[in-house]
Amino acid sequence: MSSQNNAEKVSGKQEFNITVYTENQIGLLSRIAIIFTRRKINVHSLNTSPSEIESIHRFNIVVNETEDVVRKLSRQIEKQVEVLKVYYNTNEEVIWQELALYKVPTDIIAEKASVERLLRENGARAVVIRKDYTVFETTGHREETDALIKILQPFGLIEFVRSARVAIIKHSDGFNRKLREFERAEPGEETSENEYLNKGQRIFTM
Amino acid sequence: MEIEQQAIGNPSGVETIEVTGSVALLEALIAEGTEVIFGYPGGAIMPIYDALYDYKDKLNHILVRHEQGGIHAGQGFARTSGKVGVVFATSGPGATNLVTGLADAMIDSTPLVCITGQVFAHLLGTDAFQETDVINITTPVTKWNFQVTDATEIPEVISKAFYIARSGRPGPVLIDITKNAQIQKFDYSGYIPCNHIRSYRPKPIIRKEYIKQAAELINQAKKPFVLFGQGVILGEAEKEFKAFVEKSGIPSAWTLLGAGAIPTDHPLNVGMLGMHGNYGPNVLTNECDVLIAIGMRFDDRVTGRLDKYAKQAKVIHLDIDPAEIDKNVQTTVPVWGDCKETLPALTELIEEKKHTDWLNKFREYTKMEVDAVIKAELEPQSGELTMGEVINKLNELTGGDAVIVTDVGQHQMVACRYSKLNNTRSNVTSGGLGTMGFALPAAIGAKYGAPDRHVVAVIGDGGFQMTLQELGTIMQYGVDVKILILNNNFLGMVRQWQELFNDHRYSFVDIQSPDFVALAAAYGIKGKSISNRGDISSSLEEMLNTKGSFLLEVMVTKENNVFPMVPQGCSVSEIRLK
Repeated sequence: MSSQNNAEKVSGKQEFNITVYTENQIGLLSRIAIIFTRRKINVHSLNTSPSEIESIHRFNIVVNETEDVVRKLSRQIEKQVEVLKVYYNTNEEVIWQELALYKVPTDIIAEKASVERLLRENGARAVVIRKDYTVFETTGHREETDALIKILQPFGLIEFVRSARVAIIKHSDGFNRKLREFERAEPGEETSENEYLNKGQRIFTM
Repeated sequence: MEIEQQAIGNPSGVETIEVTGSVALLEALIAEGTEVIFGYPGGAIMPIYDALYDYKDKLNHILVRHEQGGIHAGQGFARTSGKVGVVFATSGPGATNLVTGLADAMIDSTPLVCITGQVFAHLLGTDAFQETDVINITTPVTKWNFQVTDATEIPEVISKAFYIARSGRPGPVLIDITKNAQIQKFDYSGYIPCNHIRSYRPKPIIRKEYIKQAAELINQAKKPFVLFGQGVILGEAEKEFKAFVEKSGIPSAWTLLGAGAIPTDHPLNVGMLGMHGNYGPNVLTNECDVLIAIGMRFDDRVTGRLDKYAKQAKVIHLDIDPAEIDKNVQTTVPVWGDCKETLPALTELIEEKKHTDWLNKFREYTKMEVDAVIKAELEPQSGELTMGEVINKLNELTGGDAVIVTDVGQHQMVACRYSKLNNTRSNVTSGGLGTMGFALPAAIGAKYGAPDRHVVAVIGDGGFQMTLQELGTIMQYGVDVKILILNNNFLGMVRQWQELFNDHRYSFVDIQSPDFVALAAAYGIKGKSISNRGDISSSLEEMLNTKGSFLLEVMVTKENNVFPMVPQGCSVSEIRLK
C-alpha cells in the first residue's frame, strides 16, 4: 500500500472522478470515449445514465491520471457541442459506490458458511435464493467488493459482476438551476463559473 | 387579409408544403446563402442530385474529380470568402474520401458543412453496398456530426450544422443522410436559422478582470511581443488587431495561418514564427518579457522545445476556445473570448507606446537573416533558380494583392515566408495537418470565394501529383487558377531532413514527374516550363495576364534547403541560419 502511494507521488497520478452532463444523443459516448483513447488513457470505470433532469444524461468517468492531464481532458470534453458541463474531483471530494453481485451454489454456501455472519460483516444481502444458486449483493468501494470475492471463492463462487462507479460530488448544488440558464439565449454567470476566479480549477465552462 | 386566410386554412398558423427531404436540404442551403457546392454524386446521394437538377439556377454545383478535391475546394472557398464551405459526397468511398479534408479543416478551424448520402436506414449495419460507418469514422475529425434517418429532421439539423460550423471556433460538420430520408415527403414549414443550442457556448463570457490584468502587464512591459494566428482572421478582427498593435507599438509575428492578418510590410510586422520562420521572432521569443498570443494555439512547429519556450515571459493568451488556454504553454493571464470584442477592450486600457529599441532588435536580426539567407534566396546572381526568387518576382507583379494558395513542403515554407500579402484572407495553406495535394483543389475553391482576385496556387512537383485530377474541374468550369509548380525533382522537405538528420541517406524522395505542360495541354490549359533566370518575370507576367487558367513550371535547384530552421527537439532560440 505504501509503495503504491509513493509511486503515485512520483508520477503525480491519482484517481479522478469526471462528471459530465450531456444531451441524450447517439454517438456522444463515442465522441467522449475517443478523447481518452486518442491520448492512450485507460478509462478505469464508466457509467452513463439519465440524470435527475429529463433528457440530460450524466457520465461518471474514473481515470488514474495527473491533475494537469485531467484538466485538459475535461476541457476537451466540455468543448463537445452536446456536452453541457464537466466537473472533475479527487476521491476525497466525492461520495462514491460500486455495486457488485455474486452468484454462489446454495447447497455449499448454506452448509459450509455462516451465511448470516458473512452477510452482516460484508454489508451484503441476498437478492435471490433458489435451490441451485443464491445471488448476494453488496455496494462499496473496490476493496470491499473485492474482499467478498475472496471470502466467497472457497464456497464455489460461480459468477461475479461489478458495476461502474457512481459518485456524488460533496460540494455541488446540482444541475437543475444551471440548466435553466443554459436554455437562455444570453446565459448569465451561472453557466460560466470560471475556473480561475470562482471555483479553483474544478469547473469548465465556455 | 392573407394572414387571416392562412390562419383559417391551417390551425397552427404555419403554412406547410409537402416536399422531399432532398428538397428541404436544398432549400436550407439556399436559406443559408450557399453560393457554391463542391460535390460528386453516387448511389446513396442520388435523390439529392435528382432534386438538384431543378435547382441549377439557384445553387451552383461544381463537379470535382475526387471527393478529396471537393472538400479541399470547400476549404479554399471558406478560407477566402469567410463563409461556410459546402460539400456533397456519396456513402462509403465517397464519404471516406472526405476524411483527409475533414481532418485538415478540423485542425485549421475551417467552417464546412459536408453532406454525405447513406444507405437506406433499414440497411444500416448490414454491410450493404457502399455502406460505411461514416459517423464513427468522422467523429474525431468533425466539430459535430449527425446521421439523419427521417426527413422531418433535415431543416433543424442543417440549421444547427451551419450554426455550429461557423460560430465560436469554426470547424467542419458532417451530416449523413440516409437514402430513405432523402426520398421521404413531409410537411415542410420553412427554414428557421439556428442561433442557440443550450449545450453549446460558442463564445465564452468575457471577463473584464482579465482584460484589466492583461493591460497592466502590457503597460509595464519593456519587451512585449505579440504572436498572432488565424484567430484574428476567423474573428474578422483585422482592424481591431491593427489598432491594438499600432497603439501598443508592440512588434508582432505571425503563425503560418495568421499570415496576412496585417499587411506583410506593416512596420510592426516582424515576420513569421516557427520552424522555418524568421530569425528575430524565434530568437527573441526567449527574450521578451510579456508574450501576447492572439488567436493562435502554440503548435509544436511554432514553439519548438516547450520546456525551453519563453520561460522568462509572462504569457497573455487571447483565444475563443477555452481548451487552448494552458494546453501547451502555461498562461499568466487568460483572455477568453472573441478577439473582435476582447481586442478593442484591451486597446482601450493600454498606453500608447513606441518600443523603438526593442523593435530595432528585431531589425538587427532581420539584417543578419537577410545577409545569411534571404539575399541568396531572393536575388541569386548565378547558379540554378531558387524558389525564393520566383516568389519575389511574383510579389513584384501582383503587388501583394493575389491570393496565394500553397501545398505542403519546401515550396510552402518559401512561399509563406516571402509572399507579400497586403490583404487578409490571402494565404490559403494546409497548416496543422500538412496535407500534400491540398493546393490545387483548394485554389479552385479559393477562386470561387474570391472571384475578383488573382489566385495563384504554388505547388511542388510531389504534391501536384497527388490531386492533379482536379485539372479536369478547372477545365470543365474554366476556373481561373494560376498554377505555379516549383519543381526541384525531389520530395524536397523530406530530402532536406534526410540530408541534415539522416546523413544524406535519400530514401525514396527522388520523384519523377510527367511533362506537366503536356499534361495541362491535355486538359486544354495553357502552360510553360522554364529554367532560365531571364524567363521568370516574363513567364509570370504571361501567366497572370492570361485569361483563364495557366500552368507555369519553374525548374529550380534540386538540393536547396529552407533556412532558417529550428531543428526538431530544439529551442526556438537555437534556430539555425545554415
